[in-house]
Amino acid sequence: MEEPRVGVFVCHCGINIGAYVKVPDLVEYAKKLPNVVHAERNLFTCSEEGISAIKKAIKEHNLNRVVVASCTPRTHEQLFRAACEEAGLNKYLFEFVNIRDQCSWVHMREPEKATEKAGDLIRMGIAKARLLEPLQEIEIKVTPAALVIGGGVVGMEAALNLARQDFDVHLVEKESELGGTLRSINKLFQTSEEAEKLIKTLVEQVKSHPKIYTHLSSKAKEVTGFIGNFDVNVDEKGEECKFNVGTIIVAIGAESLRPTGQYGYGKMTNVLTQLELEDHMKRGEPVGENIVMVNCVGARVPERTYCGRICCMTAIKNASLIKESNPKAKVWILHRDLMTYGVDFERYYRKAMELGVRFIRYSLERPPEVIGEGKVERIRVYHELWRREIELPCDMLVLTTPLIPAEDSQNISKMLKVSLDEFGFFLEAHLKLRPVEFAMDGVYVCGSARWPTDVTEGVSQAYAAAAKAAGPLRMGYVKAEAINASVNEVECTGCGLCELLCPFQAIELQLKRDRMVSHVNEAVCKGCGTCCAACRSGAITMHHFTDEQILAQVEALFG
Amino acid sequence: MAGFEPQIIAFCCNWCTYAAADLAGTSRVQYPANVRIVRVMCSGMVNPIYVLKAFEGGADGVLIAGCHLTDCHYIDGPVKCDAAVDKLRKMLHVLGLEDERLRREMISTSEGVVFARVIKEMVEQLKKSGPSPLKVKMEALA
Ligand SMILES: Cc1cc2nc3c(=O)[nH]c(=O)nc-3n(C[C@H](O)[C@H](O)[C@H](O)COP(=O)(O)OP(=O)(O)OC[C@H]3O[C@@H](n4cnc5c(N)ncnc54)[C@H](O)[C@@H]3O)c2cc1C
Ligand code: FES
Repeated sequence: MEEPRVGVFVCHCGINIGAYVKVPDLVEYAKKLPNVVHAERNLFTCSEEGISAIKKAIKEHNLNRVVVASCTPRTHEQLFRAACEEAGLNKYLFEFVNIRDQCSWVHMREPEKATEKAGDLIRMGIAKARLLEPLQEIEIKVTPAALVIGGGVVGMEAALNLARQDFDVHLVEKESELGGTLRSINKLFQTSEEAEKLIKTLVEQVKSHPKIYTHLSSKAKEVTGFIGNFDVNVDEKGEECKFNVGTIIVAIGAESLRPTGQYGYGKMTNVLTQLELEDHMKRGEPVGENIVMVNCVGARVPERTYCGRICCMTAIKNASLIKESNPKAKVWILHRDLMTYGVDFERYYRKAMELGVRFIRYSLERPPEVIGEGKVERIRVYHELWRREIELPCDMLVLTTPLIPAEDSQNISKMLKVSLDEFGFFLEAHLKLRPVEFAMDGVYVCGSARWPTDVTEGVSQAYAAAAKAAGPLRMGYVKAEAINASVNEVECTGCGLCELLCPFQAIELQLKRDRMVSHVNEAVCKGCGTCCAACRSGAITMHHFTDEQILAQVEALFG
Repeated sequence: MAGFEPQIIAFCCNWCTYAAADLAGTSRVQYPANVRIVRVMCSGMVNPIYVLKAFEGGADGVLIAGCHLTDCHYIDGPVKCDAAVDKLRKMLHVLGLEDERLRREMISTSEGVVFARVIKEMVEQLKKSGPSPLKVKMEALA
């Protein structure tokens, strides 16, 4: 490494720093520190004047390291890095020292101490800067095509959205038909639109779109690679079909729980789930005069604590549809709490009450009981408000069960290296900030695969996921983190701890010259440094935050 | 121990606690000037050696602070950090360093006030505890 020639720029930030910290003293102090060949102060280092001063000094003093002591890297690092780059210096040879947020603004009444602390921080910054190394961001080419797994309403909407942006889309559906759960649904809340109609229109659009390649009776069996270049191997009706895509959307939906053994389900003839009732009603079969629905069957119970979220609306929908077609019918909904969130659903609930649907609250401790032989005849329930047991006549018992994770969730989670939550639904990178993205770059999630959604929400998520997935496809390339980890293969003992710990599955043991050594995939590594901290042989370097650099800071402080 | 000013070094993750310290600044929350921050990418990358080196150098206290459990930019850094801190504590005991000299905190971007409070508490506590026994021993040996 060539001898470091460090330039130090101390900012007054107007009066923000200058009024509390003795900037001229800091400049004089910095000049005496090892490898510092130039130090100056600026009224505002971030102003045009300050930036040209940096560039000028780089040239004049042949600087190969730049330290700015001013505000925070979180707002100004890019700017100063760019200045270095414009002056021909690799931007990673720049180091930031924060003497405003960490000194002048928080020790306003102690200027002496604030100045002393600023001096320490500058000394530490210079110690790190001396050891900085130039880094390169690598660009990865992106194949302008996407894979959508799951051909339900959500997957189809995502595929159409991408295709309309002119990208090739492979839509993989495990069944022989597109449409997902909606194929079995009668009418949709709150509009009473026929689900079949909605699906039919979508399927036609998907099938006729020249950019969408639909693979029916198919499953992705192997996916390798990373953002920009996923190699996909699909089992299509027993035959292999291979292609390459840049991004992937997971839309495998969810399944409706079958409550075997509960409330006579599977044993008594007139016990159905809401999903089976949908089919029953779609075929126009009679439902009887007395219908009892029990909500939260298998949901919000100790073994499955979550709320199914759309089930209350489904029960209210089917109860209302029955009342609308036969006002004389009696429909009871036995519930534990009604979750009719938002304006529309609350209105929907009120309308059901006006139609004459009766709502009775039961508790988890005293669930309704089924009375009858081979067939449910009556339901006994403890009425929470009346504080007594009542019996209801029952021609049909409908169990409202939650959506549960799709059967293949586990497999797909392993194949794509994406996480599941405690219940087995897919887990996004950040609930609020990255709601349709996985932590794994280039892979996105939408619809009931993430969490039970209704169609409206699912479709919004499909658009969001498609927008996210289109980003890299449109750019044509992605930039990988330059601040990443790399392995010294000579020192690596191949213990595999780093592979185990890496949160992004960026590390893999590989056979090299007859022994296993760890290998970091630069395109996937995010530069968290976990592997480096854990490595027993010190074989991993976390660039820009190397052990040497951090220890140099520590030593500069106490040395 | 009158007049004793403890020296504290803080390893703060780039995404949360470093930002919290910035927020303390922009909101002008005042706290004692005894701490020096070293920016790291994630609390999960803090190598125990950094902490041992700091104590060897003469630190009276060390703070490791990063995101809350579910906020980590790299998924589960805080869990890994906690595991490392557990091991570190045992080593520090062997070296005769009391528990309060190593503090582990999760401080989010919005918790500038919490950052300031933690530093204040540490300084108060360490003023009572006095200089690091390791530093005292090393100085005696030198
Ligand atoms: C009884 C009931 C009534 C409902 N009523 C309404 C209503 O009235 N209004 C409303 O808005 N919503 C309603 N919903 C919710 C609605 O069904 C969902 O919002 C919708 O189905 C979500 O669509 P999706 O595409 O995410 O998932 P799904 O419809 O579940 O589609 C997922 C697709 O992925 C496929 N797949 C699964 N695994 C794989 C794999 N490994 N490889 C390839 N393909 C795979 C499946 O075969 C399926 O085609 C109801 C749900 C139920 C259960
Ligand atoms: S990024 Fe803050 S602890 Fe991991």
